[in-house]
Amino acid sequence: MLSLEEIHRLARLARLELSVAEADDMRAQINGILAMVDEMRAVDTTGVAPMSHPQEVTQRLREDRVTETDQRELFHSLAPEVEDGLYLVPKVIE
Amino acid sequence: MHNATLTELSRRLHAKEVSSVEVAGYFLERIRAASTQLNAFITVDEEKTLAQARVADARIAQGGAHRLAGIPIAHKDLFCAKGWRTTCGSKILENFVAPYDAHVIERFNAAGAVILGKTNMDEFAMGSSNENSYFGPVKNPWDTRAVPGGSSGGSAAAVASRIAPAATGTDTGGSIRQPASFTGVSGLRPTYGRVSRYGMVAFASSLDQAGALAKSAEDLAMMLDVMAGFDARDSTCMERPKDDYVGGLARGVKGLRIGVPREYFSKDLARDVGEPILAAIDAYRRQGAAVVEVSLPNQHLSVPAYYVLAPAEASSNLARYDGVRYGHRAAEYGDLLDMYCKTRAQGFGAEAKRRILIGTYVLSHGYYDAYYLKAQQIRRLIARDFSEAFKACDVIMGPAAPCVAYDIGAKITDCVQMYLDDLYTIPINLAGLPGMSIPCGFGDRARPVGLQIVGNYWSEALMLSVAHAYQQATDWHTRMPAAFA
Repeated sequence: MLSLEEIHRLARLARLELSVAEADDMRAQINGILAMVDEMRAVDTTGVAPMSHPQEVTQRLREDRVTETDQRELFHSLAPEVEDGLYLVPKVIE
Repeated sequence: MHNATLTELSRRLHAKEVSSVEVAGYFLERIRAASTQLNAFITVDEEKTLAQARVADARIAQGGAHRLAGIPIAHKDLFCAKGWRTTCGSKILENFVAPYDAHVIERFNAAGAVILGKTNMDEFAMGSSNENSYFGPVKNPWDTRAVPGGSSGGSAAAVASRIAPAATGTDTGGSIRQPASFTGVSGLRPTYGRVSRYGMVAFASSLDQAGALAKSAEDLAMMLDVMAGFDARDSTCMERPKDDYVGGLARGVKGLRIGVPREYFSKDLARDVGEPILAAIDAYRRQGAAVVEVSLPNQHLSVPAYYVLAPAEASSNLARYDGVRYGHRAAEYGDLLDMYCKTRAQGFGAEAKRRILIGTYVLSHGYYDAYYLKAQQIRRLIARDFSEAFKACDVIMGPAAPCVAYDIGAKITDCVQMYLDDLYTIPINLAGLPGMSIPCGFGDRARPVGLQIVGNYWSEALMLSVAHAYQQATDWHTRMPAAFA
């Protein structure tokens, strides 16, 4: 069972601000989901190879060449804040 | 016109009995008339649609146009379409105008099909009732008190109410098949890797697959013919030629071996759903198919495994929404970290937040083996169950959902119960198999029931012919809600 403190820690890791009331709700719901997930943990899977992907394939390689055209202005037009052709964020380094 | 099949619409367009502008205008009017009742669309842009229809008319006039040329198709709002707002049902993408086309959109554009609009959906395709959309819930056209299913609920409601001739969808845990079942339409989720995911907003990348919802298997075959095929921009899209989905429809079901898993007809299945399913399987038997019992012993572990794997992949995929390059940014914040935290808190709804937190937990230090690795091992067991079963049968049949559509608000407070309802669809996604749902009757309160048909890898042509055989012998797929007739 996750504690309220652990919920807040996960929220920090996930970059999500949670209000006190929200964290309380999340804790109850997530513990309910993890209790359901626990059914799986009781199964003996010794020696079973994990399946990460539906097809047994290896990563395709391609020739190393430029495939994307420069669409800087179009992409910048989607950004919340741009200045002098750069994405703007709050100051990180003093 | 709204009951015409894609084949019939195509014939009339190519015979110049009707123009694409007229067809598009007709459906746009139907969308407008139904908008407050259904809320099936997030974005409709009449000018863009009609401009594309005019181009289609010119192509048809020149001759030699593709059979889908001029036909308006609705797209789930997670396919990027250049110049179209693409929200994925989320506030965080509320004002995002896609700068490029998804592969699926490119293929429809190349065929000369017309974009009719972008359909409503659960936020980031997370949900089974369409109640998780930032843009409000979609209503089921059969009974507007009921949910249409999810997450492709807008696409399903649009096809069921005949306000769109056909629609695209995606299916990560049942998001095409379950809403198809709830709204009485035909839906196909192809084999993982059959259709490129390029330009689809990602939820759980090892499970997501694009597919379609339409009025019949024949229409689905025409849709898949356009959507399927290799695309190098999706590294998981397989280099494998597509089959002749339309040409192979009429092969019949004589000698077909239908596997019915003994685990499917348990206490979890409502009686009003079980009866039409068994009647449909009987109808196949009368057409010359053989029914064999198969077993999927690990099926009950699929929902638990899915709720580790899908949130894990979602928490990684949704990390890109940081308020820097695109999407919502909080209006007020302190430092960079505060900007991220407030932006994401405001931009994501409760279900997305829940799954991000679960994903973060199961991937965090010390828990990886117990949850993520374990779930991947269970995934292998579930896939093996299917390979065993397919030694004895050609397709597997059963329900797509354990119940008919329920009322809006009835299950939203109990997320675990809603997750468990996906027990018939999720195993197919974990294995990467193709699955369909086709209408086969009605249950309580005259709400539709869908028959699920699961095929082996890459057997979409066979599955479509199996569904087509049933639709040649029955008329469930031609029924439509009286309120929209």
